[in-house]
Amino acid sequence: MITFTPRDKVSKNWTIMGPALSIFFTVFFGLLIFALLGYDPLETLYQIFISPFSRIDRISDVFVKACPLIIIGIGLMLCFRANVWNIGAEGQFIMGTLLAGSFALLFPNVENKLLIFIMIFIGFVGGALWAFIPAILKTKLNVNEILVSLMLVYVAMLFIDFIVRGPLRDPMSFGFPLSKPYSDGALINKITFPGIGYLGQLHYGVLFIVLLIPFSWLFVNKTLSGFKINVLGAAPKAARFAGFKQNAITITVLLISGGLAGVAGVIEVSANIGQLQPEVSFGYGFTAIIVAFLGRLNPVGILFAGIIIATVKLGADNAQMSMGIPKVVTGLFEGILLFFLLTGETLQKYKIKWSKVKK
Amino acid sequence: MIKFCMRIFSLVALSASVLFLLINSTFAGNQTKVGFVYLTTPGDHGWTYAHELGKQMVEKRFGDDVKISVVENVPEGPDATRVIRELAKQGNEIIFTTSFGYMEPTLKVAKEFPNVKFEHITGYKRSKNVATGNIRFYEGRYIQGVVAGLMTKTNKIGYIGAYPIAEVIMGINAFAQGLRSVNKDASISVIWANTWYDPVKEADAAKVHIAEGADILAQHTDSPAMLQIAEKKGALGFGQSTDMSAFAPKAQLFASINNWGPYYIRKIEELKSGKWNTGDGPDHWAGNDWGGLKADMLIISKFQNMPSGVAQKAQEALDSLKSGKINIFAGPLVDNTGKEIIPSGKSLDDGALWGMNYYLKGVNGKIPG
Repeated sequence: MITFTPRDKVSKNWTIMGPALSIFFTVFFGLLIFALLGYDPLETLYQIFISPFSRIDRISDVFVKACPLIIIGIGLMLCFRANVWNIGAEGQFIMGTLLAGSFALLFPNVENKLLIFIMIFIGFVGGALWAFIPAILKTKLNVNEILVSLMLVYVAMLFIDFIVRGPLRDPMSFGFPLSKPYSDGALINKITFPGIGYLGQLHYGVLFIVLLIPFSWLFVNKTLSGFKINVLGAAPKAARFAGFKQNAITITVLLISGGLAGVAGVIEVSANIGQLQPEVSFGYGFTAIIVAFLGRLNPVGILFAGIIIATVKLGADNAQMSMGIPKVVTGLFEGILLFFLLTGETLQKYKIKWSKVKK
Repeated sequence: MIKFCMRIFSLVALSASVLFLLINSTFAGNQTKVGFVYLTTPGDHGWTYAHELGKQMVEKRFGDDVKISVVENVPEGPDATRVIRELAKQGNEIIFTTSFGYMEPTLKVAKEFPNVKFEHITGYKRSKNVATGNIRFYEGRYIQGVVAGLMTKTNKIGYIGAYPIAEVIMGINAFAQGLRSVNKDASISVIWANTWYDPVKEADAAKVHIAEGADILAQHTDSPAMLQIAEKKGALGFGQSTDMSAFAPKAQLFASINNWGPYYIRKIEELKSGKWNTGDGPDHWAGNDWGGLKADMLIISKFQNMPSGVAQKAQEALDSLKSGKINIFAGPLVDNTGKEIIPSGKSLDDGALWGMNYYLKGVNGKIPG
């Protein structure tokens, strides 16, 4: 049997060596695989890690891609810190988008940007309501929130599918499942730079991260509510002795993370798609779980984790465009990267013991 | 230690950038750069594989005169916009976006790159530099109907539809027209899979059809799962998009094969000679360049697993469709509730096909939604 025991103290050297070794192994196995498959290994690494930063508009696109991951990741951070396992951010993302989008479609000719702010609020409510279901079931009936939140993802997917094929289908779409386009007021514009114009798809929604990260850092580290969340996760018994209301905290973190997922959805769709379609999320809600852990459940870490994941995804596209490396190969590399990063972190914190099971 | 690591890393980065510059500076000047965007990885069957085969025909035809970049597995959302823009930025002169969901992303990027030509497959929105191409898939389904009508013993045909949109419905109706041209007693039941590609759901739908007595199966979904079930249970069926006889050698009667190659080649040739245009088809149907059997954009695989008499009838249907002797949607047409669609002497035009929201006689049930 394998047991993980927490290390008393993490040595200084290992906090540097851990990530360094992770990167070393990732690069080593990456080079090996690319070379064995007959691709120029150094060029491939260049494409994956560096090419996304080789032009200013590509850098902008990294942030655009990372934006929903970071917003959802911050919400999940609160849940995971409190030991509440919200696996259904994908569904909350969809429901937030759908509710806000349906609202936007009620105003087909509005140009006032007030509409998008109302939509962001409604998106928060929509996502929070969807997360409220596992929250209430968990606190009242002690139903496992992992299962409920996960299963609700599929309900949400089918629901938006039904809505855009039925009630909200654009009559001019020849039966194709698309809503009418949003009015101007419901769209998030791309940022125009004087003299340059657009930078990739960089849009004003990305500014939300700039607000969210310091705010969430303060919330987690400097407020009583943040402290309660941390204690509940680290030592549930201590939290109870201290008189913290466990159920209230559970509900709160689920509502906030659901709400943020909904906001991420509104921003993503209003900035990049501009109408409702059967698929609005592309696994962001699931990828954000990795982002939250890769960022060590800490706002600044999540910012970087989001950027790393976005970089690798964009780099994979670049590698394919310029070198014809199929997605399965770059996907494999992405897996290796995540494996070593997370393993490195675990080994830093835990000792592993192998022992025989006594019969 | 850290310093050392840094040195190694900077060395790696440096050498990689040098290599990159070398590669970039050596590309030849006279090539036409062509970009393709794929919805999935091509694999060995189905929609994207058919496009991959088309791309290979382009490579064969033009050789070193074209430089092709492909991006596969691109979701139909913001990623598509980014990928298409990146392809345009890298100097591709013509970009084929090969799925319906790339419609808005293609139009968006096309606005930013007025000198790049875009070819959106199966869409219905065009602009100055966005053309649309599509295949008359329904023509193959008419022949499927003819073969099904002659082969069925139970007079029950099981049809698996992807989504209830005009594209799929006109396929079902064309099948019904073919079926009823040879067998007035047979009828079609439809199960909606609500997916273009999901082998598990498609297999389940096939099992249900067979359990309810269908002995011939047809599909408007993408995986070979239906044929594999048919093979196992002794039923027969038709392959979709590409020849699927390798998956079901005893069950596939024939496959309607999407043949994009000639279209791609023609459009690239037009580009090279400065004659590229967005065609003159009106805006009210999908694909202003809408070719079928006659244009060689749809081809029919070998007729197999059927008596020679049936194969002969199928060949006759194929020939008459090519020569225009058969007009699939010629009146009188009656829907399956008995309501007249058009009287005899008239026939549906392309615009009417894209507005189809009814089943013709010979199809059971109602269209959902």
